[in-house]
Amino acid sequence: MNFRVEGKSVFAYTAAHELDPKKPALVFVHGAGLDHSLFGLQSRYFGYHGWNVLALDLPGHGRSGGPPVPTIEGTADWVLEVLKHVKIQKPSVVGHSMGSLIALEYAARHGAERIALIGTAYPMKVSEAFLEAARRNEHTAFDMETIWGHAAQVPLGGNPNPGMWMYGDTLARLRRLAPGVLYNDLKACNDYAAGFESAAQVKCPALFILGGRDVMTPPKASQSLSQALKNSKTVILESSGHSLMAEAPDATLDALIQFLA
Amino acid sequence: MAGPKYPGFDTLALHAGQSPDPATGSRAVPIYQTTSYVFRDTEHAASLFNMERAGHVYSRISNPTVAVLEERVAALEGGVGAIATASGQAALHLAIATLMDAGSHIVASTALYGGSHNLLAYTLKRFGIETTFINPRNLDEWKRAIRPQTRLLFGETLGNPGLDVLDIPSVAAIAREARLPLLVDSTFTTPYLMKPFELGADLLYHSATKFLGGHGVAIAGVLVDSGRFDWEASGKFATLSAPYQGFHNMDFEEESGTRAFLLRARREGLRDFGACMAPMTAFLILQGIETLHLRMPRHVESTRKVVNFLSSHPGVVKVIYPELPDHPDHALASKLLPHGCGAVFCFEIKGGRASGKTFIESLRVFSHLANVGDAKSLVIHPATTTHYRMSDEDLKRAGITAGTVRLSIGLEDPEDLIGDLDRALKAAVK
Repeated sequence: MNFRVEGKSVFAYTAAHELDPKKPALVFVHGAGLDHSLFGLQSRYFGYHGWNVLALDLPGHGRSGGPPVPTIEGTADWVLEVLKHVKIQKPSVVGHSMGSLIALEYAARHGAERIALIGTAYPMKVSEAFLEAARRNEHTAFDMETIWGHAAQVPLGGNPNPGMWMYGDTLARLRRLAPGVLYNDLKACNDYAAGFESAAQVKCPALFILGGRDVMTPPKASQSLSQALKNSKTVILESSGHSLMAEAPDATLDALIQFLA
Repeated sequence: MAGPKYPGFDTLALHAGQSPDPATGSRAVPIYQTTSYVFRDTEHAASLFNMERAGHVYSRISNPTVAVLEERVAALEGGVGAIATASGQAALHLAIATLMDAGSHIVASTALYGGSHNLLAYTLKRFGIETTFINPRNLDEWKRAIRPQTRLLFGETLGNPGLDVLDIPSVAAIAREARLPLLVDSTFTTPYLMKPFELGADLLYHSATKFLGGHGVAIAGVLVDSGRFDWEASGKFATLSAPYQGFHNMDFEEESGTRAFLLRARREGLRDFGACMAPMTAFLILQGIETLHLRMPRHVESTRKVVNFLSSHPGVVKVIYPELPDHPDHALASKLLPHGCGAVFCFEIKGGRASGKTFIESLRVFSHLANVGDAKSLVIHPATTTHYRMSDEDLKRAGITAGTVRLSIGLEDPEDLIGDLDRALKAAVK
C-alpha cells in the first residue's frame, strides 16, 4: 500500500490484504540498502495466515521517498509515525541486519508484542574500507555487501528459490539505490551506540535468528545483546550466511512461526 | 579500492547452481526425472502454491535439474535469475508474452534469425502485436520507430547471418530514454564472448541448443533478466505493475521488485503456455556449459584460420566476419567483442546458386544441416533454408544473396576444415 507520512511517500507491502483492526500486526524492517521484498516469502506467509503485515520500504529505499533517515533511533521513530498513520498499535517487529537494530530500538522506545532479530550483532561495526567505499559510492561497496552478505558456498550452491541467482539479485537491488543511501545505512549501523541501554528497556520476548556461516554478523557478535535482553532465545541456522531469508527461507519462516504463534 | 572477489567464469561454469546432492552426495547434477514433488502435509502444499515457501510443485513450473541450469546461466550472465525453456524460440515468445498485450509494438533489428523474423513479422501480428524492423546500424531508425505503444527494443548481439554487431550501449541508451527495455539474442556470442548486461541490455536469451549445449544433442532456450529495469517507474508495463487476477491479484513488481519479470514469466508464462525444459535436456546443456570456457576460444581460433584461408581464396567473392577490416562493424567489434566474434560467419561463393550447390555437396567434413554452434563444423545455404520464407527485399536487407554460404566452425583440426573447404571450392568453381 502507498500512503504519505510527514509529506513523503511511503510504501508497505501488505500481501495484497486490507489492514483489519481485529488481526495482530507484524512489521518487517529490511537491512542496509535493501527493501521489503527481501522478506517476500515470509511476509506473504503471515499475510495469508491471519496477520496484518506491513513489510516496509524505509525512506529512500524501494518505493518509499527519500531521503534516508540517518540514525537507527530516528528510523525507529519514523516506523512509529507510519504505524500511527495506519492505526496499528503495539505490533510484533521482525528486523534483518540494520532492521534488527531498528526493531530493538522500536521495542525499547514504543513497545512491541515481540521482536525477531535476524542476522544481528551489537555493536554493528562496519569496516572502514566498506564505509569508505560506500561514502564514495563505489561499486566495490555493492560487491562487499553482496559477497560478505552471503555464506561462502552461495555462488557455488543451489538457491532454494528455483532459477534465481542470489548474488545477481542483491546487486540489482543495490544498483537501484540513489547515491549515498548505502553509506547512510552503514553509518547508522556503525554509529548506533544505545544497544545495551535499549535492550534493558525492552519488555517483550525476543528471538535471535542467526546464520552459522554469517561473516558480517557472526553468531558470537550478538551474545552480549542477547544477554542484555530479559527474555530472549536464539536459533542458529548453521548453513546460512547473513541473508537468511533468501539462503534459508523455510527455516527462517519456521523459526518465526514458532516464535510468533 | 580492491574488494572481495567473485568466483571466476570458469569456476561458475562448472559449479554455479549446484551443491552436491544432499540425498546421495552425487557430484554430477542429478537428473530429477519427475513430474511432481510430494508435499510434507496440506499446509506445506498450500504454502508452496501460494508462494510462501521456496520449492518445487510441478515440473512445468520448476524442476531441480532445470533450476541448476537456470541459476548457472544467470550467474554467467550476471542476471538476477533465468528461466529455461523448450527452445530459443520459446524463450523469445516468453519474453514478449510476459511484457505486452495485443495492441503493443516492438522495434526490432532486420538482422535476425529467420525464425525470429517469422514470429515477429507474421505470427505475433495475428495476435495484435506489431513489429517495425529497422537497420540495426542506424541509431536514428531505432529512435524514429518508437511509438507510444512500443514495449520492447530487440536485436541479436551478432546478427544472423550478416554478423551485424549490435551497438548495445547506444541502443540501450535509446531504450532508457524511452523508458523501454532492450532484449538481445545472445546465442552467437555466449557469456564467454560478451556480457550484454554489462553493456546496458536489460533482458537476454539464448538458443541453448547452440554453443551453450555445444554438441548438437538437445533443443533448449534460456531467458535471463538483469533485474535492472524498473517496470514500475516506466509506467508502461501493466503485466508487471498492476494486480493480476490470474494469481490472487498479485502485483509482481510490488511483490518482488527486481524479480518481477521472471516471477510473472514463470507463474504465468510457464504455467499457461507450458514451453518448459525437460530435466534431461537441462542435464545435457549443463554438460556443454561445463566446458564453454574451453570450447569458445578454440571455436574462435579455428574460425580465424578458416576466415583467413577463405579471404584469400580465388573462388570466394567476399567473407563476412567482423574481425576483417572491411566489415562495417569492425571497429565496434573490437570494442564490444575483444575475445572474438564467434564461430559463425558467411561468405559469398563465385558463381552464385549453382556453385553454392556444388560446393555444399562436395564437402566431406562439414555437415550440411540447419544448426550452428555444434562441436562439429556445419554448413548451410540461407537463401534456400533458414531464411527461405523471407521476401527478396527482406533477404537483401538481411545481407543475403543467392551465393551466400553460412559456416559454423567446430572443434575439428582446423587444417582438416581448410582442406575440406579447399577441395569443395575447387569442385564448385572449376
